[in-house]
Amino acid sequence: MTGLRVDHLSYAYGAKQALNDVTFSVEQGSFCALLGPNGAGKSTLFALLTRLFTSAQGTIEIAGHDMGRTPRKALREMGVVFQQPTLDLDLTAQRNMTYFAALHGLSGKDAQHRIDAALDRLDMRERAGEIVRNLNGGHRRRLEIARSLVHTPKVLLLDEPTVGLDAAARRSITDHVHALSETEGLTVLWATHLADEIRDTDQLLILHQGALLQQGLSGELRAGKPLADHFLAMTGATA
Amino acid sequence: MNAYLIALKAIIGREAFRFVSQRGRFIAALVRPLLWLVVFAAGFRAALGLSITPPYATYITYEVYIVPGLCGMILLFNGMQSSLSLVYDREMGSMRLLLTSPLPRWWLLFCRLLASTSISVLQVYVFLAITALYGIRFAWYGYIALLPALLVAGVMLGALGLALSSAIKQLENFAGVMNFVIFPMFFLSTALYPLWKMAESSELLHDICAFNPFSHSVELIRFALYGQFNGFALIWTGLAGLIWVALALWGYDPARGLVRRSGK
Repeated sequence: MTGLRVDHLSYAYGAKQALNDVTFSVEQGSFCALLGPNGAGKSTLFALLTRLFTSAQGTIEIAGHDMGRTPRKALREMGVVFQQPTLDLDLTAQRNMTYFAALHGLSGKDAQHRIDAALDRLDMRERAGEIVRNLNGGHRRRLEIARSLVHTPKVLLLDEPTVGLDAAARRSITDHVHALSETEGLTVLWATHLADEIRDTDQLLILHQGALLQQGLSGELRAGKPLADHFLAMTGATA
Repeated sequence: MNAYLIALKAIIGREAFRFVSQRGRFIAALVRPLLWLVVFAAGFRAALGLSITPPYATYITYEVYIVPGLCGMILLFNGMQSSLSLVYDREMGSMRLLLTSPLPRWWLLFCRLLASTSISVLQVYVFLAITALYGIRFAWYGYIALLPALLVAGVMLGALGLALSSAIKQLENFAGVMNFVIFPMFFLSTALYPLWKMAESSELLHDICAFNPFSHSVELIRFALYGQFNGFALIWTGLAGLIWVALALWGYDPARGLVRRSGK
């Protein structure tokens, strides 16, 4: 079964083409990295995947639900971690989680069970009572990932989730999310411009100037070279 | 509880909490109309003579005249302030979080609108409590009749803010909204001077004021405070509200709206 499918997706801001005929699919339970330099169209792709706006060209399917025809079913199966932090800094971690659960129509005991489970998965349970402003960058990110799991989505989208974090926090978050796809069968799309966050067993998409240059298993695509060099060779040659 | 109501409760709760925790905003929102009342109106009392026009049954002082306009001012500034926070939310991403909820987008926007209106209404009542201490009081049924009028006017002005927020790309552009929306709307209305007084000075000014939907919100509030119903003002306010709501929904429509063009 496909977790995420994007078919012939194009998008333009006026005359500027931001995405050009992008087609790919990610199997349920796979970790897929979307690698692209700044301005490659990653943010536009994420805006379309999360239905901030829609495109007339192409289709998006989340866990089998067509985003154009049944957007609410598709959104229900999707967890998102945006590039910009979206936590309420003055609220506790717990209250941030409750607010999000309510946006998904969850409340009471059911919501609390889900919140506790999600916090546990990211080792954040003991910080539930802390004000978010007092958490460090890495913990805030982990909280956002935990939050995106509250409604038990099948697909998790993360837009450059490690921006601004130190090496240890980056490693911890990358490991956590890889574990989620391995143990929980979650389909993950991880956008980044940092090649070292990607493992050889990950599926890899290289996006450049709005088009997909390459897709396949990361280990196979890099063909023995370090991935960062391969990435630079791919995107530098056509720049 | 139904998913729609759970979300409504959470969104109103979040707005209320933010409002309470931003004590500066609360005080600023109260000080502004109080300054107008105490400083501006007191100075104008001597300069401006008011004749007896409905809903007034007797001669009134300028301070009494200006109170409904200042209630409108609270709603107007709050409506715009909430759109400011929407632009801020969008820049900060929490608007995007809201929009990824599987509930219909119109409902989510409506929840935001209702949340900001409730807070405005609360502020108006606090303002009226202070004016009562200052000596300007209304009949008890006026305060009750005021509630629906405030809700209608508040939703109308909040919807205008919502429509504007979809069009504004960045926080910085909000200063323009202040200059080109809030000030003209307030000054070219019946908040500070009655219509007939405007007509004495300029026919054009009078026509603009009579057209301005904010004038009609103020009149709706003014009549309600005296336990009277102004149907024409209600229709005009409601009509403007519907237009703004339609524009806001269009602005946030993922397939057509302005959010799409700005790419934010």
